Amino acid sequence: MKRILVGIKRVADSSTRVRVKPDGSGVALDGVKMSINPFDEIALEEALRIKERGAADEVVVASVGAADWQQQLRTALAMGADRALLVQSDAPLESLDVARILLQLVKREQPFAVILGKQAIDDDNSQTGPMLAALWERPQATFASKIELREGTAVVTREVDAGLEVLEVELPAVFTTDLRLNEPRYVKLPNILQAKKKPLEVLTLASLGIGPRARVKLVRVEPPPVRSKGIAVKTAAELVEALQKRGVI
Amino acid sequence: MSSKVLIVAEHADGRLNPAIAKCMRCARTLPDAQVSVAVLAADGGAVAAQAAALEGVAEVLRVDHPANAHPIASILAPQVAQLAPPFTHVLGPTTTFGKDLMPRVAALLDVPQISDIMAVVNARCFRRPIYAANAIATVEVAADTKIVATVRTASFEAVAAAATPAAVRAVSTTAQLPTYTRFVSVSAPHADRPDLQSARRIISGGRGLGSADNFALLYRVADKLGAAVGASRAAVDAGYVRNELQVGQTGKIVAPELYIAVGISGAIQHLTGIKDARTIVAINKDGEAPIFEVADIGLVGDLFEILPELERLLAARQARAQ
Ligand SMILES: Cc1cc2nc3c(=O)[nH]c(=O)nc-3n(C[C@H](O)[C@H](O)[C@H](O)COP(=O)(O)OP(=O)(O)OC[C@H]3O[C@@H](n4cnc5c(N)ncnc54)[C@H](O)[C@@H]3O)c2cc1C
Ligand SMILES: Nc1ncnc2c1ncn2[C@@H]1O[C@H](COP(=O)(O)O)[C@@H](O)[C@H]1O
Repeated sequence: MKRILVGIKRVADSSTRVRVKPDGSGVALDGVKMSINPFDEIALEEALRIKERGAADEVVVASVGAADWQQQLRTALAMGADRALLVQSDAPLESLDVARILLQLVKREQPFAVILGKQAIDDDNSQTGPMLAALWERPQATFASKIELREGTAVVTREVDAGLEVLEVELPAVFTTDLRLNEPRYVKLPNILQAKKKPLEVLTLASLGIGPRARVKLVRVEPPPVRSKGIAVKTAAELVEALQKRGVI
Repeated sequence: MSSKVLIVAEHADGRLNPAIAKCMRCARTLPDAQVSVAVLAADGGAVAAQAAALEGVAEVLRVDHPANAHPIASILAPQVAQLAPPFTHVLGPTTTFGKDLMPRVAALLDVPQISDIMAVVNARCFRRPIYAANAIATVEVAADTKIVATVRTASFEAVAAAATPAAVRAVSTTAQLPTYTRFVSVSAPHADRPDLQSARRIISGGRGLGSADNFALLYRVADKLGAAVGASRAAVDAGYVRNELQVGQTGKIVAPELYIAVGISGAIQHLTGIKDARTIVAINKDGEAPIFEVADIGLVGDLFEILPELERLLAARQARAQ
């Protein structure tokens, strides 16, 4: 069975503006719309396209999170994933612990490709993909904007600061997605109904033999500093004058 | 307790990336810091010399190996991990190089990573942006845990040049280097423009520019200002400019003295990338665009009239100055 494993993280929707809780203990997520991390949607879309081209037989989505993450896994199944795994953990985990858990799933599922997002848009960590690749002792191709599968390898175009870099990695490998890799499909209503029948397996941390270590403590969360109110100018000439006055030109 | 810090140098074509001088500033704000810089290259002589010339560097570790010709994380990480034991902190820049490499190093060392340090509270406690910098988290790493981190370069000024350069020591590692990743190519550097992440002035265009050809209007103003050119994601997606010009949460975080946003609405993901700009100018025909909420100077109007006028005024000003 040629399998692709895709990581799915549940995050506050990218269109919402989150607020810091007054007591500084975190951000307020009550009543906030939750979605699949946008980069993970792209990861899933890529996996589905690979399967549709006949280069994979099965797409498995996996989350390490609380019980309500099942909602996003169901959405992923409605998009076209074949089955879902939820490793249940109520406390948020450090990326390294998520990577350790994903490694256990990798050992179980034996995928030829693991596709994750390049970053989760809540913690903006950008860590899990390379960490999993290190633990698995396999290659990584991060920030992918194009993935071409060959015989036993993948040729990947990566969005790096210098522009575009191309790497060839032997499979199995870990990929992380950049925004321009693809545009995810919309979920259709009949698929949502169908997805209810697809398998979603819930696992415990204990069954994988992993205890989270919590070595980074969140001390407090604050809102960012606000910029002081600006001025309005009416013409390009006034703009040049204002810039001169501020000494920036 | 003193901090023993190792900074992993990013470099290309024999040049040290300017981000390293900023990591150096971050490293020096750690208590009682003693800082080494590791240069992993095929032939790291020139880069090691540049690193040794940064103020505050105690020693440069030069690790020459043919496999280090290109910055491939799976090859560099085991070598960095082998250099790490004497150090309390291992730092890299929050660039695509650092984001690719440092988590791999952290995993090999079996320690968590702190991404995107924007301020040092103490040797184990840091401030970092989350939720596209809509919140700032203070995090603390448990005692006895080596700290692996990336440094948000927009938050730190580059250090100056050292009065006397540090010593360079050649070292070799016995790390097993995997052969399962092959470098194929990288786009040629565009040396025609100032680099976004170290530019003092940036002018960026968004979807409002309407086409790749229209970006010429922006480039002409950039030339008059000596500015780097940036773009919103929408402008990149529409194919107006190259991907490496994207500014924002998923592009580059910039910290120029002057940032001019033209035809950019100001989505939070874009604003994340420009919050550290000293002066933000917005030019947009929609007075309600969110970009005006963060702008120090706002000009409501049609960019197709304003940009040529701006170019003319700046040219006239230059002529007067000569
Ligand atoms: C996960 C995620 C990550 C993202 N990362 C980034 C990122 O890193 N960087 C980024 O930029 N975006 C990012 N985005 C996209 C972001 O949400 C916005 O879609 C994008 O920034 C919009 O670009 P824009 O302002 O150019 O386009 P628009 O929002 O379409 O704005 C165009 C503006 O041009 C103005 N305009 C039009 N014509 C004229 C004229 N003739 N004269 C003057 N003004 C004119 C309009 O009034 C409008 O305000 C991300 C989104 C997601 C979901
Ligand atoms: N709890 C999680 N469950 C499943 N996948 C995750 C989880 N956390 C992170 N990932 C994956 O790792 C990527 C990067 O996350 P991060 O390292 O937190 O920025 C995400 O886009 C997901 O694909």
